[in-house]
Amino acid sequence: MATYSTNEFKGGLKIMLDNDPCSIIENEFVKPGKGQAFNRVKIRNLKTGRVIERTFKSGDTVEGADVVDKDMQYLYNDGEFWHFMVPDTFEQYQADKNAVGETIKWLKEQDMCILTLWNDSPLSVTPPNFVELSITETDPGLKGDTSGGGGKPATLETGAVVRVPLFVQIGEMIRVDTRTGEYVSRVKE
Amino acid sequence: MTADWRPRADLRQLRQRARLLAAIREFFAKREVLEVETPLLCRATGTDPNLDFFSSQFHSPPQNPTLFLQTSPEFAMKRLLAAGSGSIYQICKAFRNGEAGRMHNPEFTILEWYRVGFTLPQLMDEVAELLLGLLGPALQVVRTDYRRLFERHTGLDALVFDRPAYRQHAESRGYPEADALCGGDHALWLDFLFSHCVQRSMPADTICLLHDYPAVQSSLACLHPEDTRVAQRFEVFVNGIELGNGFFELSDADEQEARFDREIALRRRQALPEVAKDRLFLDALRSGLPECSGVAIGLDRLLMIAEGRGAIAEVLAFPIGNA
Repeated sequence: MATYSTNEFKGGLKIMLDNDPCSIIENEFVKPGKGQAFNRVKIRNLKTGRVIERTFKSGDTVEGADVVDKDMQYLYNDGEFWHFMVPDTFEQYQADKNAVGETIKWLKEQDMCILTLWNDSPLSVTPPNFVELSITETDPGLKGDTSGGGGKPATLETGAVVRVPLFVQIGEMIRVDTRTGEYVSRVKE
Repeated sequence: MTADWRPRADLRQLRQRARLLAAIREFFAKREVLEVETPLLCRATGTDPNLDFFSSQFHSPPQNPTLFLQTSPEFAMKRLLAAGSGSIYQICKAFRNGEAGRMHNPEFTILEWYRVGFTLPQLMDEVAELLLGLLGPALQVVRTDYRRLFERHTGLDALVFDRPAYRQHAESRGYPEADALCGGDHALWLDFLFSHCVQRSMPADTICLLHDYPAVQSSLACLHPEDTRVAQRFEVFVNGIELGNGFFELSDADEQEARFDREIALRRRQALPEVAKDRLFLDALRSGLPECSGVAIGLDRLLMIAEGRGAIAEVLAFPIGNA
């Protein structure tokens, strides 16, 4: 894998740090007029999701991480692994619990998502920003209540639980923002 | 066609820059400090291992010498001082290779001036006066010595290198990498701890004149005659942004040459490009530099602060990205 010097650092660059693949979020060049130049870098550990700050001496090099994002279709779960496929090539990948994390609660079979691969094995799964799922369980709301204030919990077909307005009923399809986990609207079929 | 041809700074910034330059020239005219010009393209450059330069080839056979874009006008201005110019100032471009970021552009504008017969405290007064005039009288002026400020923010003694204590502090502040990065290099540790733990905590709306730098960071300053652990050097910060650096100027040619030699040796150890000592500058010191204090201020950053901008590119017509 290539190595990168600090002056090639920019947002999105994937590097190895403490043996983990990481993504650079922000890179700041810091230099006293009469002193050593540093790069103060905000980095996300792609395995744990944690964001840390790390300083490098300007000009130092680090190893790149072989990390790529691929659009894939979620196929099924076999009880232990979750299986995904690249639609164009039919190439399949299996991801474990660590890799799918919380994301899986937004995905139903056939849905598209992004798999992040490190050395060709799944590191994480990112759902689309918006998904449309039907409600399998929620308290019957009060008729005529369109206020949306307050709301109630609703369980979706994938098992995710979101807060929805009182007027939304079992069997209805709703649109959810996966980044915030919030209800957006009802979807007319 | 892209929009890259357009200036980054808006018209207001261009006008403010023109106003700033006019105000500076008026300030020095009133004080009878002479405006001078020295070459941007020079036969020699500084030896500081932390300054990377741009070089070019002069088509002048048979030597076709390498010429350097100046990293600062210091050496040339000191040659004028040694020739009896009296107090002088210059507004010019300086070039530092590899320096680009929110606070850096590899080509930037310097205001540099020298006051013959001024002590360092006198020059600090003048810097404060100039900045208050340019930035507005509402700013507070604080003077403090490096050691005291460093201790206030870190609990460490900047003059006594205690690696375990430095390491422990860096770890406690969330910088476990500091030890591997700085190793046994006292000056490097100070750069690290100062920029991470001190500079970031400097108060807003304050001109901070920080004086008596540790001797390991003396650069081209004289050491303090009563306490050689510190140098007669100051830096000025506004809102935590480093704006300028001043010295009670080293005039001892032998000491200057020894510092050059040390830096050249350091460059070799770090496999940095070789540079030769500036002979003409050393000759000028040998012929006698009058006692003087000098300071250089980054004008683009000054404009940034005056205009409340977050990045140097916002006050440059054409920053390096679309120069």
